[in-house]
Amino acid sequence: MERQLLLGAEAAALGAIDAGISGVYAYPGTPSTEITEFIQHSPAARNRGVRAAWSTNEKTAYEEALGMSYAGKRVLVCMKHVGLNVAADAFINSALTGVGGGLVLAVADDPSMHSSQNEQDSRVYGKFAMIPVIEPSNQQELYDGVRHAFQLSESLSLPVMVRLTTRLAHSRAGVVPKEPEPERTLPAADALPSAERFVLMPVNARRQYARLIGLQRDIEQLAECSWLNRMVEGTASTGVLAFGIAYNYVMEVREAFDMDFPVLKTGQYPLPLGAAQQLFNQCDSVLVAEEGYPVIEELLRGFFGNGQVLGRLDGTLARTGELNTDIIARALGLEPAPAAPVPEIVVPRPPELCRGCGHRDLYLALNTVMAGHPHDHVFSDIGCYTLGALAPFSAIHTCVDMGASVTMAIGAAEAGLRPAVAVIGDSTFTHSGMTGLLDAVNRRSSVTIIITDNDTTAMTGGQNSAATGSRLEAICLGLGVDPLHLRTIVPLKPRLQENIAVISEEIAYEGVSVILARRECVERAAKRNRNT
Amino acid sequence: MKKNIILAGVGGQGILSIAAVIDLAALHSGLEIRQAEVHGMSQRGGAVESHLRIADREIHSDLIARGTADLVISVEPLEALRQSPWLAPSGRLVTAMEPVVNMEGYPRIEAVRRSLLETGAPILIDAQQLAEECGSRRASNMVVLGAAAPFIGIPPERLEAGISELFERKGADIAEMNTRAFRKGLEASQQQAASPEGPPTNAMT
Ligand code: SF4
Repeated sequence: MERQLLLGAEAAALGAIDAGISGVYAYPGTPSTEITEFIQHSPAARNRGVRAAWSTNEKTAYEEALGMSYAGKRVLVCMKHVGLNVAADAFINSALTGVGGGLVLAVADDPSMHSSQNEQDSRVYGKFAMIPVIEPSNQQELYDGVRHAFQLSESLSLPVMVRLTTRLAHSRAGVVPKEPEPERTLPAADALPSAERFVLMPVNARRQYARLIGLQRDIEQLAECSWLNRMVEGTASTGVLAFGIAYNYVMEVREAFDMDFPVLKTGQYPLPLGAAQQLFNQCDSVLVAEEGYPVIEELLRGFFGNGQVLGRLDGTLARTGELNTDIIARALGLEPAPAAPVPEIVVPRPPELCRGCGHRDLYLALNTVMAGHPHDHVFSDIGCYTLGALAPFSAIHTCVDMGASVTMAIGAAEAGLRPAVAVIGDSTFTHSGMTGLLDAVNRRSSVTIIITDNDTTAMTGGQNSAATGSRLEAICLGLGVDPLHLRTIVPLKPRLQENIAVISEEIAYEGVSVILARRECVERAAKRNRNT
Repeated sequence: MKKNIILAGVGGQGILSIAAVIDLAALHSGLEIRQAEVHGMSQRGGAVESHLRIADREIHSDLIARGTADLVISVEPLEALRQSPWLAPSGRLVTAMEPVVNMEGYPRIEAVRRSLLETGAPILIDAQQLAEECGSRRASNMVVLGAAAPFIGIPPERLEAGISELFERKGADIAEMNTRAFRKGLEASQQQAASPEGPPTNAMT
């Protein structure tokens, strides 16, 4: 078949389509968003009626996927690393229930935090759940690897994780697809998974846990002979154990410096012990090159250290951030090409809210109101409005995880902080803010929650939001917000005075108030106009 | 043949379209391609860059090491400077000269120009002005691509074919305008490279 130029995220998506999936469930998050978008726009997927809509959050997405797998169909679920924290409850338990049709979790990590709050390593979650993890090193391997993961999932009746990192997800390369598989058919009633597997009450859970433990040998065996793992022969006394995309940087160094060190390339976990043993026997020292946490390095080093192991723990590699060719070269004692420094006159250019964005007018009003209070700190959430933390607004003071604006404001209010103001977007509110709002209502907290309803999930590129407009109002009322303290403002310059007045009034109220700051994202409006 | 190219600009300026054209041209030339993109947070008017590598053999890394780029293509002068550490000693720099001033402390454009002239045979282009002559400022990224064309290692005709392919879904007139912009940039670049004085130093003061 013809070579296509695909982002890693798109290669993963095409692999899933060609594996015959019936659905993809996801919540957008950089760098995972393009996986689902590719499936949504794929004619092949559309013709087959593959379900591809955004879920309210990663946990609902994971559970929906588990349901589809229960019904015997292949299914993909996608999220970014921090999203897996949200889905963790369902994810870990699904290792106990096992799956019906193949279930593959594609999770995209963000080392160097290009667009994230932390750089946690999803492989730890894979190990925690005791399921197989695969980590391809390039776009073609990703395409083939996702198809491989579906087979693996079905052969073990376990979910399988495919781990991507930013560079792989967001880098384009040629991919040659292979013959697609047909979609699975719905099984007969008696072929559905038994209640003994899926009802995780203690008696069943204990048995299923024993099964999972019992499978570990098989999982290790499968990793040992996986095509994703292979040895690159060499003679130097320092060898490299390279995982996922780190392999590319290592091979680049090998070529650029004309080196002959042996490399064990690993793309399927757990670690292929036999091959690793061989590398350690052959070499005086081994550099462990993995992107993210020193997961395998820690394992090899052990509690009392192993002088043969070089990596992030002994400072041979930096403890944080993504890897690259220069970093690997230095770790191997090589001197990269000299480079001039950035000229001194170059100043930073941070991202900012678009010109004409409604959040700007909201922050103008909010800052004016807060300036009149001794405590002017505002709890925020994750979305474009988080950029309000930067100059010239400096309007928000926290951003921890999806939904934390509302709940942190509750805690602060209960500590006596006034005013306690939260800013949260429409999509984030449905993702994780609604339950917090219910807490506020039940506890009669003195909080003001500003929901910035821009009609979309703007930060990730404008995906549909689970609720905006009048549905947001209905949700707030349904959760018990007093209709008198559910106000709507339109963040526009000419309405500044009006908006200042509304915010001041609601901040003065000792109880739960919600202000819907409603104005369409200008980027979304522009896109809509282009399409009509 | 192996080319390491850094693309630079400000989020929303269309550097990914430049990348897409080179990608298409390379794909149709049977070359290997690696192109790392920026998505998400940094796109909102922040500094963005993309690493693009093409070669007639296997390419390992998605990222280009500092000091090894053959070419920096920028649609903004300060962003060109920000990427200058990536240039190899023999590397070339091609940039549009219209500044995007959306933050505090943007240096004086003359200082930026002086600094750019130290990067080794740069091609400095008034891209928006040339694009406007072709019908729209929005095509200034294609002017810059045209100016960079002599250094990419792919024949200009292939790049033009890439432009047609990329823009044809937006209409034949849009595709033509972008092709005109590309040719304008190519011409300006060739003139500048041939001129003994190098880039004009009096423009944009
Ligand atoms: S994308 Fe939309 S919501 Fe985000 S900053 Fe731009 S206008 Fe505002």
